[in-house]
Amino acid sequence: MDIRAQLSMSFHMDKCIGCHTCSVSCKNVWTTRRGAEYMWWNNVETRPGTGYPLTWEDQERYRGGWEVSGGNLRLKLLKGPGKIRTLANIFFQPNLPTVDDYYEPFTFDYQNLFNAPAGDDQPVARPKSLITGEFMEKIVLGPNWDDDMAGSPLYASNDPNLKGLSDSQKEMLTKFHKLFFFYLPRICNHCLNPACVASCPSGALYKRGEDGIVLLDQDTCRAWRFCVSACPFKKPYYNWATGKSEKCIFCYPRTETGQANACAHACTGRIRFVGVLFYDADRIEEVAKTPDERLVEAMREIILDPRDPRVQEEARKAGIDENWITAAQESPAFNLFKKWRIAMPNHPEFRTLPMNFYLPPLSPILHNAKADGGGTFDPVSTEFFNEIDKMRVPVRFLANMLSAGNEQVVIESLKKQMAVRLYIRQQRVGDVGDSAVKNALSQVGLTPQDCEDIYRLLSLGTFQERFVIPETHREHLSTVDPRTMYEKRGTVGFGGKKREIITGRQW
Amino acid sequence: MDQVLFGAVPYILIVTAIVGTIWRFTTNKYSWSSQSSQFLENRTLFFGSFPWHYGIISILVAHIVVFFIPGVLLAWNGAPIRLYIFELIGAALGFLALFGLLALIYRRITNARVKALTTSWDVLLLIILIIQVVTGLGNAIFYRWGSNWYAAAAVPWMWSIIKLNPNVDFVKSLPLNTKVHIFNAMIFIGFIPFSRLVHFVVINPYKYLVRPYQVVRWYHRNPKTENVVQYK
Repeated sequence: MDIRAQLSMSFHMDKCIGCHTCSVSCKNVWTTRRGAEYMWWNNVETRPGTGYPLTWEDQERYRGGWEVSGGNLRLKLLKGPGKIRTLANIFFQPNLPTVDDYYEPFTFDYQNLFNAPAGDDQPVARPKSLITGEFMEKIVLGPNWDDDMAGSPLYASNDPNLKGLSDSQKEMLTKFHKLFFFYLPRICNHCLNPACVASCPSGALYKRGEDGIVLLDQDTCRAWRFCVSACPFKKPYYNWATGKSEKCIFCYPRTETGQANACAHACTGRIRFVGVLFYDADRIEEVAKTPDERLVEAMREIILDPRDPRVQEEARKAGIDENWITAAQESPAFNLFKKWRIAMPNHPEFRTLPMNFYLPPLSPILHNAKADGGGTFDPVSTEFFNEIDKMRVPVRFLANMLSAGNEQVVIESLKKQMAVRLYIRQQRVGDVGDSAVKNALSQVGLTPQDCEDIYRLLSLGTFQERFVIPETHREHLSTVDPRTMYEKRGTVGFGGKKREIITGRQW
Repeated sequence: MDQVLFGAVPYILIVTAIVGTIWRFTTNKYSWSSQSSQFLENRTLFFGSFPWHYGIISILVAHIVVFFIPGVLLAWNGAPIRLYIFELIGAALGFLALFGLLALIYRRITNARVKALTTSWDVLLLIILIIQVVTGLGNAIFYRWGSNWYAAAAVPWMWSIIKLNPNVDFVKSLPLNTKVHIFNAMIFIGFIPFSRLVHFVVINPYKYLVRPYQVVRWYHRNPKTENVVQYK
């Protein structure tokens, strides 16, 4: 057994209101530089929708992630056996998204509002490209171009997760009373089997042993852009101005000191949870090869129980600090993903073993006849609980997105969330009936204590309960920088020695 | 004049290349790459980058090999038919590189996004490269003995430079086109540390072929890179 620690973020999609506060705080902290304007290390997508960059989940086009071929795990990007194929494409990458798949970064000519000569018309601020500095005819794409555009045949119907849905389920795109949408907040998944790391010819990308954060060494990066192509989530971004790739750094300067990530800290809906997971690194390859059906289950197996004394003993032997072992026992990530089994990874079928987890959103049960006639449904009826697969958001859709197509995994989570609601409703309103609640709890395998804990964490969770982030012990790191903080000013961060990159070109 | 251009200037340029490359690698490792612009434009690039790189690398490798074994080339070229084959292949690869280079220049001129990122060093480099490729093709097409001249005149001259005993007689009587080709090659070498040319002085990709997929760095244990899973 090779125990390692991993920081993991969980998202309660039911509570995400799509306000983009996370994206904006991330942008303000990390990506307001030249060449990084188009990057959104944290972004929030409307589902069903095309996402950012456009249809990033379509691996026929981008060839990101891994595939199992002849019992071996190999990068989809390679298309053939061996890594030599990767190097043959070093001069031109056939699967690289270009800036037009994200959007051309722009600003507006605000000065014209002040400087325009007096005239009959209102002056306007025309858009200007941040790449060329020239005026743009019109803005054709943005980071959230299809925000809230559920049902749009132009955007939502291109969602790759719609595959396998029946025609009647697809009516949600066109019929108003069947319409739905929800939000998918995304950051880098800091995978256990990262495809970006595996594809980098210069070895610039690496996973940190202590906390599992995947980082990119800017000094070693040679602008070959394989990470951008290989990552199925399209989370490494190419900075066209510096010629280096960049990616979400899990706000490690903050987490190392025990603070919550900028995106998680800023979240107004309190949908994010950050905690430590222990996993067995010896089993990564085996788990990544698991067939789709069992993939989520296998991922739960690789996560170890930090309350098990034997695991604690092994962790100590592996050099994991005591405060990390304590934090792992309080970890919301462990509870949501493994203990209660209500969270699941985004697109596990890409086989990178992503380490961020999502709680699927609940939605009203659809009673076709009733709803068509404008009827409602009875919250205490047994159907409410038993017919969860008739939810407005098709389980198939959620399963395509969160469990490699295994609907049972999604249904289990939805039923558990529903059972907690029934349990709390019985406490507060008392119209469900004790036997019905008992029945629901035994069906999904939750104890009343579990319900209390889930309710506590998901609805009332305080800052300390949602973010259990242990500090990193820098004092016994082998690479401690002897310089004082004063001497280190301006030496960290992104960008090279070129002054222009740091200050940005002024248009 | 020849004494200066082919006897003294090469030393200046070679020393510049070596000292400058080491200086840049130690002080500004960050800038060590050829800034890719595929992200901004990828259609014309396909027709530029592929032919250019594969054409020029083959030719460069041929030059380097003959530099070490000029006698073999002279023996091969002993029969006219073999000389023609060799020259034909060389010319074909040269045209491949020229086609790619022209596509790249066209792209830099016409695409607004790529143009916005083009520095004066890039322009200078493209001028040096086009001179080099055109004069190289000139040698191949107009002078039957182009490849023999390289083996019999340029290579001994280069060795005389390396042995610190420059012998300009080897190249003195070559035609102007060939002289430009040789001198421009020297400028090209001197230009390496100041431009994106450093990108071909890399060793990392070879490591990629033998290293396991995953890379883990431990700050606790040692500052060196360690591998997480032992599969390839």
